[in-house]
Amino acid sequence: MNAVTENATAGEPWTGFAAGPWQSRIDVRGFIQANYNPYLGDARFLAGPTTRTLGLWAKLCDLLAEERRKGVLDVSVDRPAAITAHAPGYIDRDAELIVGLQTDAPLKRAIMPNGGLRMVETGLEAYGYTVDPVVQEIWTKYRKSHNQGVFDGYSPEIMAARKSGIVTGLPDAYGRGRIIGDYRRVALYGTDRLKADKRRELHEIDDAVFDEATIRLREELNEQIRALDELAEMAASYGCDVTRPAASGREAVQWTYLGYLAAVKEQNGAAMSLGRVSTFLDIYLDRDLSRGLITEAQAQELIDDLVMKLRIVRFLRTPEYDSLFSGDPTWVTESIGGIGEDGRPLVTKTSFRFLQTLFNLGPAPEPNLTVLWSTQLPEGFKDYCAKVSIETSSIQYENDDVMRPHWGDDYGIACCVSPMRIGKQMQFFGARANLAKALLYAINGGVDEKSGLLVAEGFTPIEGDVLDYDTVVAKLDPMLSWLAKTYVKALNVIHYMHDKYAYERIEMALHDRDVLRTMACGIAGLSVAADSLSAIKHATVKVVRNAAGLAVDYVIEGDYPAYGNNDDRVDAIAVWLTETFIKKIKAQPCFYRDAMPTQSVLTITSNVVYGKKTGNTPDGRRAGEPFAPGANPMNGRDRKGFVAAGASVSKIPYACALDGISWTASATPTALGRVPEERQKNLAACLDAFAGAMGHHVNVNVLDRETLLDAMERPEVYPQLTIRVSGYAVNFVKLTREQQLDVVNRTFHAGM
Amino acid sequence: MIRPSLPGTAGPAARPSVAPGIAPSDPVGFLHSVETGAAGDGPGMRFVFFMAGCPLRCQYCHNPDTWKLKAGRRIDLDEAIAEVAPYRGFLRLAGGVTVSGGEPMTQPEFVGALLTRLHDELRLHTALDTTGFLGRNVADDWFDPVDLVMLDIKHADPEAYRRITGCDLQPTLDFARRMVRLGTPMWIRYVLVPGLTDDAADIARLAGFLADLGPLVHQVDVLPYHRLGVQKWAALGRPYPLGDTPAPTRADIDAAIAIFRSHGLTAR
Repeated sequence: MNAVTENATAGEPWTGFAAGPWQSRIDVRGFIQANYNPYLGDARFLAGPTTRTLGLWAKLCDLLAEERRKGVLDVSVDRPAAITAHAPGYIDRDAELIVGLQTDAPLKRAIMPNGGLRMVETGLEAYGYTVDPVVQEIWTKYRKSHNQGVFDGYSPEIMAARKSGIVTGLPDAYGRGRIIGDYRRVALYGTDRLKADKRRELHEIDDAVFDEATIRLREELNEQIRALDELAEMAASYGCDVTRPAASGREAVQWTYLGYLAAVKEQNGAAMSLGRVSTFLDIYLDRDLSRGLITEAQAQELIDDLVMKLRIVRFLRTPEYDSLFSGDPTWVTESIGGIGEDGRPLVTKTSFRFLQTLFNLGPAPEPNLTVLWSTQLPEGFKDYCAKVSIETSSIQYENDDVMRPHWGDDYGIACCVSPMRIGKQMQFFGARANLAKALLYAINGGVDEKSGLLVAEGFTPIEGDVLDYDTVVAKLDPMLSWLAKTYVKALNVIHYMHDKYAYERIEMALHDRDVLRTMACGIAGLSVAADSLSAIKHATVKVVRNAAGLAVDYVIEGDYPAYGNNDDRVDAIAVWLTETFIKKIKAQPCFYRDAMPTQSVLTITSNVVYGKKTGNTPDGRRAGEPFAPGANPMNGRDRKGFVAAGASVSKIPYACALDGISWTASATPTALGRVPEERQKNLAACLDAFAGAMGHHVNVNVLDRETLLDAMERPEVYPQLTIRVSGYAVNFVKLTREQQLDVVNRTFHAGM
Repeated sequence: MIRPSLPGTAGPAARPSVAPGIAPSDPVGFLHSVETGAAGDGPGMRFVFFMAGCPLRCQYCHNPDTWKLKAGRRIDLDEAIAEVAPYRGFLRLAGGVTVSGGEPMTQPEFVGALLTRLHDELRLHTALDTTGFLGRNVADDWFDPVDLVMLDIKHADPEAYRRITGCDLQPTLDFARRMVRLGTPMWIRYVLVPGLTDDAADIARLAGFLADLGPLVHQVDVLPYHRLGVQKWAALGRPYPLGDTPAPTRADIDAAIAIFRSHGLTAR
């Protein structure tokens, strides 16, 4: 690793950078704004992969193939994960430009019992491993986990709601994730400086009132300082001195990655996002390029190497987890592009270089490359993004024009769609509540339509054979209040316990002390609930009851307008549902740590599980049938094409779903145009139009259904076939068959 | 349906289209269907009106269900505009509106009024997808609101043209020359059907004609014949005239494109 320091000016790491307040306080955004060079050109400057890159990637591909066969390549069973738990590991020590692995070997997964020992045990059993007796003893006898704490706090009502699936996916047995450390701080300042700043933050509150909040914060700050020391120790084992700032492009990439690596060594968060590093790193690469220290090919190699590392981040997870979030996602989300508050695009050559990895290394689901789209982005960048989408289906788009007014110009996306100011904001991830089921509870007076058990107490069922819209809405309103109350209580318990038993030390060490916390609530089944209400309003819906008098099926007479066709008669119902539920959430009396309640319309792939847990619905959906993902129209009901579907989705106001509104759209290549240039131009225009209509998020797949069907039959031919599902991308062949069918059955717009 | 005779000189008074508000009687159209976002039917992304009614009976027609005028949905101008209006912002940015069919010039009064409102009121790029066969029924200024004509020429040889379509070729050729006189840009569409329209000499003859038209012919689209219409013929209880004719191969398509290009045309 002596190569890393070859161009070092370790004593003068900031030589050549424009001075500013960023030097005297921790201010990465200030550094970026003072130093970055927007790139307005096209993709022609980009370099392909070097033979070194291809050789290293080939080695990794062999390991990935073996992992696909076995499910899990290897597990480090004998020790709980920690920043310094493992000796250094390499893919090919001599060939790697950027080093560092989660354990001592590539794709070897660590165990993280702080989240919950059960999760570890089940995960190990699923892949034929047994838990280490010492680990088991510690987490049984001496050390309590997050998961145990949560169940000490839950009420019987929360347990019942959780069991019936009216709330699902709660991070009560695993790491909550969705916290993005500002890993750039490691490169720009080094850990010595960061520690000094943390000490300052600690001593500033030496004379505060020592109430519970202050004491908790003091303990956390000291944990953060310890974590920074461990980061430096781990980095030193790889030959990197991160106590000082990075002095070259290669060091900047390496230091930033080591900061991130420390986080994924310690936390099995549902989503472990990288943040917004590309334009930051560009400043360093640009400095080296302009001094003639590196070539374009070498700059690209560094990014290719970093991305290879990000592609092999792994966590040991359980089959139940995989059924919720399939394909082994880690949400290493990197946000690219966007526009600065001063109007300059935040697009640099390194924005292109990140996307270029999808060609140099081939398509892949991770890192979760997310373009912050704006109609103001430079044309060359728009064209390149469209090209990457069309050829790889690997990237997603989020509307910077919608988010910038709320979150400024240095936010990143955590997980799929959740924006947060980097280093200044975090979220309490809250999974989601099932609106379709809430509607059924409104009809059945709180009795679960599948189990027949009473879940929500104090309600009466709707009587009569035909559903009346006003009656149903009048019953739904208090049911949503009950749901919001039960749901927020559960989230408060979860995040209290997560802070207590599985605190994210290193990620929070790379935040300011005083962060904005959001309580990220979510809804599932929006289109099912909206279409059901539309059917009740615009057609005649008759109730079919079982012997116990429970409404278990519905007969629809006549047609009803379905969400996803740009028809206000039903789109307005979807808007009403979304706005109503966030109002119910906001009305709750307490949010842990004064968190700001937000909402997402996002299911990831849990739309399949939600569907399984929900009976027949008044829109005609059969029991067990998957919901549409996120804010999507129900599969096949969006009959007017891509543009009309996007118009419906973009009516849901971002203001009532600040945590994001996810739409996943698939189009056939020919729907976009006859020739590649035309497709590129048209896709960019569609993205502009969706952004202009204030749509928040879109996953774009450009695929034929036939390709997917073929991949189901011959998975070995498609190891890298990547498809966007809902806020993330997966290797299609890693999905369960059930989820593959869900994807295949989604609408493929043959016309846009 | 009105059939105004060709005036000797084009004048504003001869305008058969109707401006909003001053319509003597609101024209009514027959619409087969719309598509909200189509690529390939004009520049960028298009909102497409597929009008009902067509005088041609092309052997390879993939939308025989658009032949009969009255099989379409009756629609007035405001309803037609209301279909497009929600997409106005998108279309301004991404492309425009294409009026296709069927043969849209089967309904000159309605389509003329529609194009005028799309162009003047919604300020959208307009394209007319036509065979030109009925062009003689309208006055020159009928084309004022047309930004682009997509002229479908089925064959260069009059006999073959009649065999394929049941109609004469000459009106289409006259139409093309008239567009040149009016200064209206054109995209030419040529459907490549193996054994029917793929003869190199025939293609060269058409290419020669198009090259003579000059720079207003912006491009030639060689559209590979496909068999997606077969079921529609069956559904209408009509025997499919082309039997088992296969779709052309990529090489066939490239060969046709090469001929157009060798005449200095932009072809794809």
